[in-house]
Amino acid sequence: MLGYTLRRLVLLIPVFLAVSVIIFAIIHLIPGDPVDSLLKVGSGPEQRAEITARYGLDRPLYEQYLIWLGNLLTGDMGTAIVGKRPVIDLVGQALPHSLVLSGLALLFSTVFGIALGVIAALKRGKLADQAIMGGVLLGSTVPSFWLGLLLILAFSVQLGWFPVSGARTWSGLVLPVLTIGLGGIALVARVTRVAMIDASQRDFVMLLHAKGMPPMRIQLRHVLRHALIPVVTILALRIGWVLGGAVTVEVVFARPGLGTLLIKALNQHDYPVVQACLLLLAMAVMLGTLLGDILQAAMDPRVRAALQ
Amino acid sequence: MTTLAPRRALKETAILRALRSPTGIIAGVWLIALVLMAIFAPILTSYAFDAQNLPGAYAAPSADHWLGTDEFGRDLLTRMMYGARTSLSVSAIAIGISVTAGMILGASAGYFGGRFDRAVTMVVDLTWSFPEILVALMLVAIIGPGVTGTMTAIAVAYLAQFTRLTRAQIMAIKGETYVEASRSLGASDSYIVFHHLIPNALAPVLVSAMLATGDAIILEATLGFFGLGAQPPTPSWGGMMSSGTAQLFKAPWIILFPGLAVAITVIAINLFGDALIRALDIRAKSRGT
Repeated sequence: MLGYTLRRLVLLIPVFLAVSVIIFAIIHLIPGDPVDSLLKVGSGPEQRAEITARYGLDRPLYEQYLIWLGNLLTGDMGTAIVGKRPVIDLVGQALPHSLVLSGLALLFSTVFGIALGVIAALKRGKLADQAIMGGVLLGSTVPSFWLGLLLILAFSVQLGWFPVSGARTWSGLVLPVLTIGLGGIALVARVTRVAMIDASQRDFVMLLHAKGMPPMRIQLRHVLRHALIPVVTILALRIGWVLGGAVTVEVVFARPGLGTLLIKALNQHDYPVVQACLLLLAMAVMLGTLLGDILQAAMDPRVRAALQ
Repeated sequence: MTTLAPRRALKETAILRALRSPTGIIAGVWLIALVLMAIFAPILTSYAFDAQNLPGAYAAPSADHWLGTDEFGRDLLTRMMYGARTSLSVSAIAIGISVTAGMILGASAGYFGGRFDRAVTMVVDLTWSFPEILVALMLVAIIGPGVTGTMTAIAVAYLAQFTRLTRAQIMAIKGETYVEASRSLGASDSYIVFHHLIPNALAPVLVSAMLATGDAIILEATLGFFGLGAQPPTPSWGGMMSSGTAQLFKAPWIILFPGLAVAITVIAINLFGDALIRALDIRAKSRGT
């Protein structure tokens, strides 16, 4: 397992470089002089000269990239155009908020998604199944920012249970986690249901029935265990949606995360911040996917065997 | 042409069959009504989408303004109809571009294999692992906000899905005997790809394109909500909700109705897509996930 983990980590390096090239290129692909994109409107010639020297903007493109990458690896992500603060401080403050939110949303949607999927599979074709799958369809087709706004209206304004926005208290996390999680539950529940139904038609299940094992025990002990493998696979493959969801939901609830920072920076054309946020989000997605893959390998003996 | 005619007939009956199921017909009626509403918006409403009436701002739904008015006193129903033009056309055109490019890429990768296939697969797998919203935001950062930026962003965000799906379909079909027969009769690569492989891979890809259009409407609305979509005064569902957020407590209907429109439309697309899958009897997972 350790060897596999290390090998996968090494394989991430070229992916990281590819992503970094694209994000580096943003500054050069947007119309206009890159110097203008890195400066406030109306900056004087000495500031222009300083930025040019700092990013090596008068050198060939590949040298500029190397300078940028070198700065990045030493923790220098430049200075925000709006507010003039070091970008590393801004994203450093935002990142933990986003990770906590995403982690909780992932946990929430996994637990509830599997539970609902199992219930739907056990009650296949019955009212409970149809109600769950209908609700799940609804959950995955509603725009998450809209759902968030509705939850604010219902629970914060009408009922006053949770704060409208902000991150000062833990109770402020409930509605954002719920908003992201509901979209995830849909995916997990759907996959769990199909996997449970599929697994319950396998030969070994028939054997267990023939042996006289109580049906509920067969379902929860053996079928569910079997069905969890595709669920983990899909979770590992699509772990990024949690972070994507976090970007949107943070904006709705005005939480101080990477998403809020990114959208604000995009609207203010604050490109150093945009680059840093995109890079960190991309890295979080890559590491999350890796974590999912490792988890899958740890859970599925067949994958483990294939690795050895 | 003789080979094309029965195939088209088959597809037409599939759509008719899809419309025969109760969910299919409800979904189909909503979608058709929505498109008609978007097209005939100027005839259907006596208001202009940008006509401001500040004394009448924040009016709740009434007989004059069925869905109320926004912060500038503009009629919300009118803006929703015009907004449907933006939201539907941006999503549909973006997915159209995406599916065309994805099919060409996926078909050639699957057919030719080798180094080209490996390169395509690598890039596609790379973008596939990133959430669509992140890919889209990256594109918007480069192109800039607005309709063009949104459209390109959506097209690129879904490219991986269609490329993967087409490639998998082509890989499954290309070993079939009739392809081999066609080749041994002297058919060229492009003839085989365009006359045998793509037509046979078409149905699942088109169904998945239909379902993706639903997701694209959500993505378009999200970008609009961030203020990165169609710029004012052009109405879009996402943009309307974006300006409505500040008035959430004062006039919740400003965000309520556009969001409802997005949700119902996406549900309709999903239900119609599911009905189509049943009608076409496609076992393959058209969603790609």
